[in-house]
Amino acid sequence: MDASPYLPTPEYARWRKWKSAAVTWLLVACALAVIAPLFLVIYFLVARGASSLDWNFFTQLPKPTGEVGGGMANAIVGTLTLLVMAAAVGVPFGVFGGIYLAEYGSDRANNWIRFAADVLNGVPSIVWGMVVYLLLVVPFKTFSAYAGGVALGLIMVPLVMRTTEEVLVLVPQSYREAALALGIARWKVIVVIVVRTALKGIATGVIVALARIAGETAPLLFTALGNSFWSHNLKEPISALPLQIFAYSISAYDDWHRQAWAGALVLMALILALNITVRVMSRDRKSAS
Amino acid sequence: MSTLPETARASEAAEPIRASATPATASPADLPVEAEEIAFEIRNFSMWYGQRLALQDVTIRIAARKVTAIIGPSGCGKSTFIRALNRMHDLTPGTRLEGSLKHFGENLYGPGVEASVVRRRVGMVFQKSNPFPTMSIADNVLVGLRLNGVHDRGVLQARLEESLRMAALWDEVKDLLNRPGTSLSGGQQQRLCIARSLAVQPETLLMDEPCSALDPIATAKIEELIQTLRERFTVVIVTHNMQQAARCSDRTAFFYMGRLIEYGDTRNIFTNPGNPQTEAYVSGRFG
Repeated sequence: MDASPYLPTPEYARWRKWKSAAVTWLLVACALAVIAPLFLVIYFLVARGASSLDWNFFTQLPKPTGEVGGGMANAIVGTLTLLVMAAAVGVPFGVFGGIYLAEYGSDRANNWIRFAADVLNGVPSIVWGMVVYLLLVVPFKTFSAYAGGVALGLIMVPLVMRTTEEVLVLVPQSYREAALALGIARWKVIVVIVVRTALKGIATGVIVALARIAGETAPLLFTALGNSFWSHNLKEPISALPLQIFAYSISAYDDWHRQAWAGALVLMALILALNITVRVMSRDRKSAS
Repeated sequence: MSTLPETARASEAAEPIRASATPATASPADLPVEAEEIAFEIRNFSMWYGQRLALQDVTIRIAARKVTAIIGPSGCGKSTFIRALNRMHDLTPGTRLEGSLKHFGENLYGPGVEASVVRRRVGMVFQKSNPFPTMSIADNVLVGLRLNGVHDRGVLQARLEESLRMAALWDEVKDLLNRPGTSLSGGQQQRLCIARSLAVQPETLLMDEPCSALDPIATAKIEELIQTLRERFTVVIVTHNMQQAARCSDRTAFFYMGRLIEYGDTRNIFTNPGNPQTEAYVSGRFG
């Protein structure tokens, strides 16, 4: 029988199949290379750190090298404290700034504000630490939890502001118009209708920002400083997981190294948990709309 | 009403108004009789979006407790016009207007007049139903009252039922009041939006193509509803659907290219239009 003019020759068909398979595998390999580091990180943290994780780790203060037991309870509490203080600074400024961008600002002003926020997003976190050192540590003559919280909060502001703006802009104009047409004052429309509609998105943005700053070390070096004991006062230096990990991992002792691995595992688990929360929340949002 | 004007204005008001730009075609006989109450008295009203003239020199009287339909091809200015009636343009940067626009004798754009007060008296229903997604059916109806400071439970309860009954929705939702507003069908959502507008007790209800996203059965229900609303409210409805204008309005205004071309009794506009452009449009030859 005659070969159809529409069919490729067998050799050409084979070559094409081979080419297709080769490119597909190349793409799969690249995709794996992208996610492999995450698994590597988790693998090493678990392999090195899990063995040092015990009840003591979550309940006890650090102990001098050579002593059995000891943990990072103060660093865990310190990190959570710093996150709360950072949120107290970052959320109001970020959310109100985002509301201004989405609802009030003129195009010109907004362009400048967005530009400034993008630049701030790119400021190295150690610079934030130095700035807050000058503003809050030098004048009060002490490192403090406050200074650490402010440094982390300032890093949050531009992040929260941009995500707030993005989700507010997504609220359909028709809701604003419907509310305005009921004779509701504009600020009430924004608070009760617009922000309420976008609340989940705003919360998601806040959590993403918290996950981002939870592991920051550099801004805390000049501000919160670290502390081997419980801090009973926010005006005192406070410990934090990244600081403790840093201090232990540059030490010369094997038992401290093991503790550093365990601390890194806990920190990673915290950040993973925050990110999973975000995933779950944004899945709800999609199914609801 | 109380703020009425100098003698110059009063004498102007006495002469019969004419559709601007085509003075010859809109005969005074078509126009509202002087005796009836006027909801909107609009004179030489023009509006610009930036440089673009969207409404040109519109002069029209809209009767109270009647249904007035605004028709015309896309881009003719009819939505711009209806949104000017409750100052929805206030938030659009770059809009500019001229002329006077009075609602029951009060200049809506006068100095010191608050847009939120205007909008409480002149409500609006939009093309796409837009119940607030975070609120239940009951909260949707009552949000306008609550945010305007009404918190008396008895009043709210009474107004909830009254508004939903007026919107012909009560029987369908009376057992579902705590369900989300967005759980209703499209036609029900639109009636919910009407109930929401009625709850703040406006005098006038503006409807911007309220049925264009609805199926014929839901459309019929809304049209029926409009007939009952006219007993208590002034209704101004923008529609693309000429059968709808013919079925449910008392007066019809035809807009084209930002001008009011012809205005009169609906029957006349559709059977005996005075202007060739109106005739071409209502007979479906353009637009």
